[in-house]
Amino acid sequence: MLRYILRRLALVPATLGLVLLVVFIVLRVTGDPVELFLEANSTPQEVALLRARLGLDDPLPLQFLRFIGNLAQGDFGLSLSHQAPALPIVLERLGATLQLVAAALTLALVLGIAGGLAAASARDRIADHLISGLAVLGQSMPSFWLGLLLIQGVALELGWLPTSGSGTPAHLVLPALTLAAFLLPNFILVTRTAVLEAKREPFATTARAKGLGPLRVLLRHVLPNALNPIISVLGLQVGHLIAGSIVTETIFAWPGVGRLMIGSIYQRDVPIVAAAVVVVSLVIMLTNLLVDVVQAMLDPRVRV
Amino acid sequence: MNRKLVIGGGVVGAIVLMAILADVIAPHDPYRQQLILRLRPPFWAEGAHPAHLLGTDNFGRDLLSRLIHGSRLSVMVGIAAMLLAASIGTLLGLVAGWRGGRTEAVIMRLADAQLSIPEILLAILVVAAIGGSAVNLVLVLGLSGWMVHARVVYGLTRSLRERPFVEAAISQGATGGFIVLRHILPHLLPVLSVVATLQVAQMILQETALSFLGLGLPPPAATWGNILAEGRERLFVAPWIANLAGGCIVLLVWGVNILGNGLRETLDPRE
Repeated sequence: MLRYILRRLALVPATLGLVLLVVFIVLRVTGDPVELFLEANSTPQEVALLRARLGLDDPLPLQFLRFIGNLAQGDFGLSLSHQAPALPIVLERLGATLQLVAAALTLALVLGIAGGLAAASARDRIADHLISGLAVLGQSMPSFWLGLLLIQGVALELGWLPTSGSGTPAHLVLPALTLAAFLLPNFILVTRTAVLEAKREPFATTARAKGLGPLRVLLRHVLPNALNPIISVLGLQVGHLIAGSIVTETIFAWPGVGRLMIGSIYQRDVPIVAAAVVVVSLVIMLTNLLVDVVQAMLDPRVRV
Repeated sequence: MNRKLVIGGGVVGAIVLMAILADVIAPHDPYRQQLILRLRPPFWAEGAHPAHLLGTDNFGRDLLSRLIHGSRLSVMVGIAAMLLAASIGTLLGLVAGWRGGRTEAVIMRLADAQLSIPEILLAILVVAAIGGSAVNLVLVLGLSGWMVHARVVYGLTRSLRERPFVEAAISQGATGGFIVLRHILPHLLPVLSVVATLQVAQMILQETALSFLGLGLPPPAATWGNILAEGRERLFVAPWIANLAGGCIVLLVWGVNILGNGLRETLDPRE
């Protein structure tokens, strides 16, 4: 168990290094924040002074090392538009993003497993074709359009929920639904396949032969054995869910890291974008690690 | 003939044809502004203009023509980015599976590392920095999507390497490159074509998402993501703009997904 966790942990520096390298190359080599930061009529002396202050004159490898050294101390530099340290600004928004992701994940898991169970139980009947068909349609649905459809239908036509913003639990419903719909089809299809496979196993036949009712066989004997592939998909997709919140936050004006990141890109606020990408990547890596550990605890076959 | 192949292939074929023939089919110039005719609804709603079947946008540009031209970027970027990703992934997967050892470790750990970071996160970052031209979109999406192919190819190559026909080829003195190209690659094509087709759907969704976020081709370019983003600004007055663009995206991606599922049912021996 410990060896397994250590092996998964060893992947983190490689991934982090990759992310940092991309962030550094992209933001330091291609864009010159000074031009957008200073007014158009600044003197060359002012430009030179600011470049020196931001350390943009040094050789690139040196800048990269200093970049990593600073990050290690939690120093992502000053936000150019906020004139304040970037990391606290990003961390302040992290709570809202995690809240949205957690709500969406719960929704997707509950609805996905329920839908998958229903489809598997009604195998090859109308309900199965309907659920599986909807799942494929859901996979083809861009979340940014689904969000707009929900705003039109639920918020504008019916007037049940606010169109965007945050503050009350009601504000969370539509963004969470939109984000959940992103994962839901995968959960449904994987649960369906896993349940169908577990149903064919001898232990399911034994349970039925003992005279247990179909529901009890399904929930107590089949479902626990079908959980492994579901958790695998969860591990693979949770990163995409967190990244998907960037789009969802933009649609619903949800005050999370994603919206901050997109806004900062438009302003070319390099330190904020860098901090946001690194923080989001770290959250994803830690979540992946957590999923791996949970999976290894639940299923000894994974640990080898 | 598999039903999904026919339906998916039909939908995708029709949209690809529309993209190729956009200049011929589109009733109007997609960029011509007629401010006097702005925000006209589609034909089924009251106040529609007979010359503009699907209505007009905020600048009085013909929506039908813009949607027809908009298919081009999605189709092109979707296919080109997939081809790039598949080429890199297949090459690296073949090398890792055939060579094994340290080469395998480096390539597959790199794939694991890149796989744990969602493509769209780095794509947003890179496109924001270098700009969203069609070439840049293909490069960014292609370079961030090779891992799926590498994993599939690697797994299959490793198991094929142990098969008798490979042993026979080695004993006849065939070189590694020859065996990989002539004996292993052909075995991979069925599975690869399924993975590749399904990836096109993902690429299109990512391209439209980037365009929607304002990181694709800059306006006034007619792309589905751009039209959707413009429609969002007028969602309360002219919901048809966003909804028609959204409908186009869903139709194309759904068609590609169905085509991929059909291919899998027909080609993949595991099914």
